[in-house]
Amino acid sequence: MRILVVGGGTGGTILANNLSRRLAREIRAREVSITMLSASDQHMYQPGLLYVAFGQMTPDQLYRDQASLLEPNVEFHVDPVEEFQFDQNRVRTKSGKGYEYDVLVIATGSRIVPKEVPGLVEGSETFFTEESAVRMHKRLMQFTGGTVAMTVSIPHKCPVAPVEAMFLLHDFFKARGIRDKVKLRYNYPINAVHATANVARWAKPEFEKIGIEVETFFNLKEVDPVNQIAYSEEGTEVKYDLHIAIPPHRGAEIADSNKLGQGGWIPTDRFKLTMDGHDNVYVIGDATNIPVSKTGSAAHYEAEVLAENLASVIKTGTPVREYDGKVYCFIEAGRERATYNAFDYVNLPDLKPASKAIHWFKMAYNQMYWTTVRGLL
Amino acid sequence: MTEKVIDACNTFCPGPLMELITYMKQAEIGDTLELLSTDNGTATDVPEWINKVGHEMVSTEKVGDVWHIKVRKAK
Repeated sequence: MRILVVGGGTGGTILANNLSRRLAREIRAREVSITMLSASDQHMYQPGLLYVAFGQMTPDQLYRDQASLLEPNVEFHVDPVEEFQFDQNRVRTKSGKGYEYDVLVIATGSRIVPKEVPGLVEGSETFFTEESAVRMHKRLMQFTGGTVAMTVSIPHKCPVAPVEAMFLLHDFFKARGIRDKVKLRYNYPINAVHATANVARWAKPEFEKIGIEVETFFNLKEVDPVNQIAYSEEGTEVKYDLHIAIPPHRGAEIADSNKLGQGGWIPTDRFKLTMDGHDNVYVIGDATNIPVSKTGSAAHYEAEVLAENLASVIKTGTPVREYDGKVYCFIEAGRERATYNAFDYVNLPDLKPASKAIHWFKMAYNQMYWTTVRGLL
Repeated sequence: MTEKVIDACNTFCPGPLMELITYMKQAEIGDTLELLSTDNGTATDVPEWINKVGHEMVSTEKVGDVWHIKVRKAK
């Protein structure tokens, strides 16, 4: 049984490691092999980018060598896939090699596409890449006053990031002693301050307490970087002195180039995690079109379910359970406090009040993440 | 003209209206999108956004626990 994992991010790495432990005996007996193909020899902890943008982490803290995170019985190659040949159960890589599989797991993630919004690249800062997060920190340190406007384009990974960034902006300018010279303006695509009802209920009064102005039903259409105006599809506009953007996302480039799904999102069964039309192909993490948060957390829980099921099918012929939509997201709330959102397809409990304890748990998790991707936590 | 069904039943994040807006961006003018949702708020949220942004409401119907909300991309 040849298991091929395409993508070395959170989902792919947890899946490969978890599965390799469950199938250690079968791998030793050469009955099963697990191979991972990735575009990079580095693994990045993406949630850390928010902290880089506010000067709380440095970029070097976000990376580990991918090979160092993998179980020794996972065969790892830095050789990105260029073509999926599903009818032959095969992929072709950049080096020209072909890898055949019995089971394929696609965990190729997502990418930002700011160029899809006219003027957005020239007329905004963001924190969704290392380079942009470092630049955003510099801009924040140089800012002397005026309107800081946030816009949110969808879809995007890490749904709570816009809310977190607003709280951190408040704290940042307060620490710099210029909060009274800064107007914070939050613009969001739907008629609430957040897409998830429990987060919206919690965040709205918190925003009000610290003087964050809100405009809802603001879907970014284009940006005039010269006159510093952001325009919405709904016909409104916001003038800014500093524009922080949550850029639109698409699936990975190979999902687009292989025409795997609209927007690059691969049609996936939300419970079984199979790619539509393919019984031996699974998709996890941001790469899917499942209507669940594009988060490391979702990728983590999907990978655990899939590893359990694949191992059970190999050992007994029967899967164990389906993915229930479970997601767990920390939410930084400013003033060294945090809360969290834990939900699934059916349950959406209210958020706990923000506390220092949860913030320090998140700080600890920023380091414990490396245990998670090893499939241990 | 394409017709697409978006199954956002039993989803909280990003939620039905966000799913609709995402697919609306990918659609061509004249395409019809049918949003399925088990969230009662969707039945008022979607028409409010559609009217504000300038697309067309086609129909709203509840079948069992599921709202079927059809919209057309107008611009």
